[in-house]
Amino acid sequence: MFDLFKFKGGVKPPTNKAQSTTLPIAAAPLPARLAVPLHQSIGGTPRPVVKAGDTVLKGQLIGQADGWISAAVHAPTSGTVRAVAMRVQPHPSGLDALSVVIEPDGQDRWIERQPVDYGKLAPEDVRELLQAAGVVGLGGAVFPTHGKLTAAKSVPMEELVINGAECEPFITCDDLLMRERADEVVRGIGIFRDLLQPQRVLIGVEDNKPEAIAALEAAVRARGESFSVVAVPTRYPAGGAKQLIRVLTGKEVPAARRSTDLGVQCFNVATAYTAWRAIAHGEPVVSRLVTLTGNVRQPRNYEALIGTPMGELLAVAQPNPDTDGIIMGGPMMGFLVPDRDAPVVKATNCLIAHSDRLFPPAPPEMPCIRCGECARACPHELQPFELYWFARARNFGKTQEYAIFDCIECGCCSYVCPSRIPLVQYFRFAKSEIWAREREKNAADGAKARFEFKQQRDEREKAEKAEKLAKAAAAQAAKKAAEAAAAAAGEAKTDPAPAALDPETAKRATIEAAMARAKAQREAAAPRNTDNLSAEQQAEVAAIEARRTQAAVPPQSHPNGPTE
Amino acid sequence: MELLVAIAIMALGAIVLGAALGYASVKFRVEGDPLIDKIDSVLPQTQCGQCGYPGCHPYAEAIAKGDAEINLCPPGGMEGVQKLADLLGREVKPLEAEEKPPQVAIIDENTCIGCTLCIQACPVDAIVGAAKQMHTIVAPLCTGCELCIPPCPVECITMEPIGESLDNWKWKYPVVAILPAEKKAA
Repeated sequence: MFDLFKFKGGVKPPTNKAQSTTLPIAAAPLPARLAVPLHQSIGGTPRPVVKAGDTVLKGQLIGQADGWISAAVHAPTSGTVRAVAMRVQPHPSGLDALSVVIEPDGQDRWIERQPVDYGKLAPEDVRELLQAAGVVGLGGAVFPTHGKLTAAKSVPMEELVINGAECEPFITCDDLLMRERADEVVRGIGIFRDLLQPQRVLIGVEDNKPEAIAALEAAVRARGESFSVVAVPTRYPAGGAKQLIRVLTGKEVPAARRSTDLGVQCFNVATAYTAWRAIAHGEPVVSRLVTLTGNVRQPRNYEALIGTPMGELLAVAQPNPDTDGIIMGGPMMGFLVPDRDAPVVKATNCLIAHSDRLFPPAPPEMPCIRCGECARACPHELQPFELYWFARARNFGKTQEYAIFDCIECGCCSYVCPSRIPLVQYFRFAKSEIWAREREKNAADGAKARFEFKQQRDEREKAEKAEKLAKAAAAQAAKKAAEAAAAAAGEAKTDPAPAALDPETAKRATIEAAMARAKAQREAAAPRNTDNLSAEQQAEVAAIEARRTQAAVPPQSHPNGPTE
Repeated sequence: MELLVAIAIMALGAIVLGAALGYASVKFRVEGDPLIDKIDSVLPQTQCGQCGYPGCHPYAEAIAKGDAEINLCPPGGMEGVQKLADLLGREVKPLEAEEKPPQVAIIDENTCIGCTLCIQACPVDAIVGAAKQMHTIVAPLCTGCELCIPPCPVECITMEPIGESLDNWKWKYPVVAILPAEKKAA
């Protein structure tokens, strides 16, 4: 038998899984309208490649991946694009984001699907195919799968861990997937195995899913694979990637490091399934299994199209009349969706109809009594009570010292707190404040750098301009000085002005030259009003001219010559 | 004699230590005032000049010299005043001007005549455009300083508050709802 390890902490909430496993997976009915958000994975927001009025086929690309860490988005059914606009998102904020709104035509016509034999392709091509098919981690983090399929060169890939633990209460979509589609899951795992070349493949499933374990074992045997299907003890959060790795391999992933640094990579079973559908059937990710449960009459797992409004989907399971909200995800880590029109996305594994009967309102928060229960329950061995004090006091530096970013927000601490303190909410608050500060700091640093650069540039430009002007002035002055010198030489045989070197002499030379020119002009100027003169006037002028020439003959003592 | 030896020892000690200090003051001299950089890193770097100084660094210099109050920076808000007070050990004072939500400048591209005046006014190079060509604001780089508004001859620049989006949304501080006690008398 396989040796298992243990992770610290964890809780055992009532699983509430039996309700939704009695019936097989069913296809959800086609909704009247689909709103497919473009940003459905970690990384860059895909660029829309369709516009309002376009007709699309099922599986047609509508959002092109933007960068390597980003995954494409496809039309979930055939129909007409009604809008590419802001629509409400399945997010605790209830804010909008760019989505493609599609009105189905009811025919559900596929694009031409092109199955490929991935064994004949280079690993890069397989990764690109997965990106183009929009395959992302369906365990909840929606990290683009192709980005995790490159083995680190420095560390040998030892274990490939496949996560079928599904530890959170109420959720059964992975359980049903493993029961009904084990063969395709196993073949998907085969793709990951071939790309990563690990020494062994471990499929971890919580021991409360014996049917799934049996189905997987049968499929592994039938395919002749060497994967080990391991039943892990049921204990929340055994399905956390770091916890499952710890349980199966005994390796503890250190803070701020990745499991690949230890030679381990982890994928969800549903991710393996979609990867197989994408490669072997040419079907991009346009639907996923969603557990509809909680305060409903017919809890069941449905294959729902991405973009289906949650309220419309949940109606299929016939919620009881006192249903007053929808929880996306499980009761431990999920959140109340603020709008019933929010669409199902790739991260939507479960919708729970909420009612006060099922989930009584949180009792008032009491003071922390430092009992330490939260520290005992924390699967990451943090000290939630310390984090709580610091987050509450907005002492974010200290929360980081106490490793708040190792918190996976699993909710174990809040679950066990005897004072019913919403610890996770405090941690989320602290984390998002720290991120916001980081963003502000980066923006300020960028602004400062650009400001300093601009100042430097302005100064340089000013200096360059001044230099240019000085050069131009000097050239002008030299030219003028030369002219003046020539003029002066022509008139009074003075020494030619020395070549003006500094601007001061150049200026003086210019002024002197200008004065000399003015003088010459004055001297050469013909008296005005000499046209159309009468004989008397003519005679008078002649007399004056005669006197002037007489006066001008003696040496010119007067600098100001006659003006009139 | 002993007296003289004692004096000589003390004098020698003084000379040696004095020389060491003198050498250290030259060798390990700190260029500029490190306090200015610390203050500068607290300021929001909008370079808006609303404090009356031509940029964040000059204001930091003035604060370090003691010429300026710490409550003159509206973009930094009360939080900035608090941080400066903590850093400098001064008293927190209410902000001189009104605190504004973060904002971004928007150029009405239909009205813009391409005069480049706003480009010259922008302290952080967040406006692109050329003479007689339409200008536009690179929104992520805009600090919301409003310095581009006065030079615009056609008044085509407006300030808009930055709304909440999925990228900048924050979890709120968990507030315990205080509910009125149930009326038991009724």
